[in-house]
Amino acid sequence: MPATAFSFTDEQRQFRDVARRFLGDVSPPTAVREWMESASGFDPAVWDRLAKELGFCAIHVPEAYGGQGFSFVELGIALEEMGRALLCAPYFSSAVLATGAIQHGGSEAEKMALLPDLAAGTRRATLAFTEPSGGWDVEQVALTATPVGGGYRLDGEKRFVLDGCTADFIIAVARAPGSRGADGLSLCILPGDAKGIERRPLRSLDPTRKLAHLTFHGARAAPLGEPEGAAAPLKRALAEAAAALANEMVGGAQRMLDSAVDYAKLRMQFGRQIGSFQAIKHKCADMLLEVELAKSAAYRAAAAVAEDDTDAPALASLAKASASEAYLGAAAACIQIHGGIGFTWENDTHLWFKRAKASEALLGDAAYHRELMMRHMQ
Amino acid sequence: MTEPNEAGVRAQARAWLAEHWDAERSLVAWRGMLADSGWGMPHWPEQWHGRGLAVALSQAVDEEFAQFGAVGVAKMGIRLLAGATLLEHGDDFHKERFLRRILTGEDTWCQLFSEPGSGSDLAGATTRADLDGDNWVVNGQKVWTTSAHHADYGLLLARTDWDAPKHQGLTYFVLNMRQPGVEVRQLRQMNGHASFNEVFLTDAKIERPYRVGAVGQGWRIAMTTLAHERRGADGLRGSARERLGEGRIYAEEAAETATLMEPYKWYPQRAGRVDLVLPRARETGRIADPAVRQAVARLLVLARSAEWTARRARADQELGRPQGPEGSLGKLAASHVARAAAHAHTLIAGADAMLAGDDGPLDGLIAEILVSVPATSIAGGTDEIQRNIIAERVLGLPREPRMDSGPFRDVPRNVGG
Repeated sequence: MPATAFSFTDEQRQFRDVARRFLGDVSPPTAVREWMESASGFDPAVWDRLAKELGFCAIHVPEAYGGQGFSFVELGIALEEMGRALLCAPYFSSAVLATGAIQHGGSEAEKMALLPDLAAGTRRATLAFTEPSGGWDVEQVALTATPVGGGYRLDGEKRFVLDGCTADFIIAVARAPGSRGADGLSLCILPGDAKGIERRPLRSLDPTRKLAHLTFHGARAAPLGEPEGAAAPLKRALAEAAAALANEMVGGAQRMLDSAVDYAKLRMQFGRQIGSFQAIKHKCADMLLEVELAKSAAYRAAAAVAEDDTDAPALASLAKASASEAYLGAAAACIQIHGGIGFTWENDTHLWFKRAKASEALLGDAAYHRELMMRHMQ
Repeated sequence: MTEPNEAGVRAQARAWLAEHWDAERSLVAWRGMLADSGWGMPHWPEQWHGRGLAVALSQAVDEEFAQFGAVGVAKMGIRLLAGATLLEHGDDFHKERFLRRILTGEDTWCQLFSEPGSGSDLAGATTRADLDGDNWVVNGQKVWTTSAHHADYGLLLARTDWDAPKHQGLTYFVLNMRQPGVEVRQLRQMNGHASFNEVFLTDAKIERPYRVGAVGQGWRIAMTTLAHERRGADGLRGSARERLGEGRIYAEEAAETATLMEPYKWYPQRAGRVDLVLPRARETGRIADPAVRQAVARLLVLARSAEWTARRARADQELGRPQGPEGSLGKLAASHVARAAAHAHTLIAGADAMLAGDDGPLDGLIAEILVSVPATSIAGGTDEIQRNIIAERVLGLPREPRMDSGPFRDVPRNVGG
């Protein structure tokens, strides 16, 4: 593999700089604190700029569907910077999960119809696949899609749906009545305020990412993609989402490392900077190692998705497993190095710690992804 | 990366090889030709057995040699560290006297730095060299000396000034190992191998011209040697040559390699033998156990991300970008990988992990892994020292207050050291 496969191009590095500057401006901790307390969970003005000025929702969408036609690597860079800034926005739900489901599961006509709006950020969608069982495997889906006319009638529940209360439309994964496992799964699309959906915000541990509980009482939905053929495209979309999430997470992890090191240089105890004690130094060195290893895995996974590598699902799981432990570890160590102040509401560390903790579980924890990786390797 | 005249250099190297290569020549005679023509170490200066080429072009020449199937100059063992150090800090006498015989492989070298009382704290060496007339007289003990039992010369770090601060009282010498004041004893390790030696120095003599650099400059010069060691010039990389030809020169080279590599034969086990983990898990059927699967997966996550981290560092280096933090993490990552591999091997082996030798799995190889891995986090700089280096040089954290400034004579040190 050429050297370029393990480094970013000059253009990608410039893109990162632009993203970091923008996100530093629009998402300082004061803004994070403001929007995490809001019901919608995001600033519509920032969303507009993110979509229009920076074209973030369009990064990896092919030009034919109104996108910019960049690769998953550029998407990874944007996500890493968003993770670093702890941006409150319905980006992951719409630009990653829903966009991915449509890209892999939708027909040509559906992609032409749906993707341009998502890429422009003028409409937002989410993917509703998890249910009260808490399983991350789509084969566990129980929501039923009963064929009615040209569409479906949906009955059942979805839980842990990212931005489920604010999405303009919802892509729900449902199964034919009586079907099991990977068989009978379909993608169904319906407006967020459709009749027969009850949307309830969940109180989330990480208030910077909003979760919803959706109850379907005979809501009418249109089919998306091949009826009862959604298992394979969904698995692909979820593997790519794991790679994407890993990139977002390493951005947050790096922020925690930077914050810990800065504080260790500043804080004086026993007449010395605490960073001069080996107990602190070694913790910081270990954080750096964990964060860099997780970055390498996240970058490799994003590159594998970009290259359509057959190993992409295994590498995505590897990256998610690595990022889950590295991010939480870095956030916990950052609190520890801050000492008492690190446990206060006033100190910002807990904002990232909560994102790290929730992201550890989101799309499956480290043990789940290690197991997935092993299955891909057998 | 493409240099402007890489193709030209490659063509020149090929033409020279085509004209001069003869597999029936003796190894020393052939390497003499390489040393005289400059094709053996193309990035060394023309005056000293090189061609003054950039390192990247020198690598291209190496590739041509590998493709052609030609033997190169002697690169294994400590000798190349000696060559690089003498090239940088030696005077014309040293270069004249030693460089050619280093390249031909006629002389074998060892490194006399570590001592029983100064391991991580190398600058705390207490082996002393005192000037007596025209000779330096050396007394003390060195340890962890690879190849000392068949070395002709040693790179010696010794204290020449006890009133100077620790790092400024050391001087660098070339010690003739073939003399009565030098006694070499093998040092047996916990894994049963004896790859290293203890070297006892009792009134060993060094003639004045064998001092390298100025008196008191020894630490700085030793840093050069260690930098080359860290850059991987430690001679542990095998030849990239795939085609093994027939002829006298190949036989002589194979014999030399066998001798020099003998102390390192357990090194792959020291690194944990990650390559064996998945095949072993499958063959034993242990892969069906969820705890084993998690341990194996943990190891693979670690091993692969460590490999990619190293490749990120190399890629940036090749693109001429400043080195990021990735470049400093390899050694620490390798310790984690080795330990995770040993853990996975233990789970896979089950009760068999208690057995060694013919009774143990893979004829004792697994046992050798389990009892060799602890060396990884010590040899070449302990994990703790690595963490200090990373914290101070990469993250910019402040150094600890020092207890060893002032005259070395007054610095607290090990009893008897």
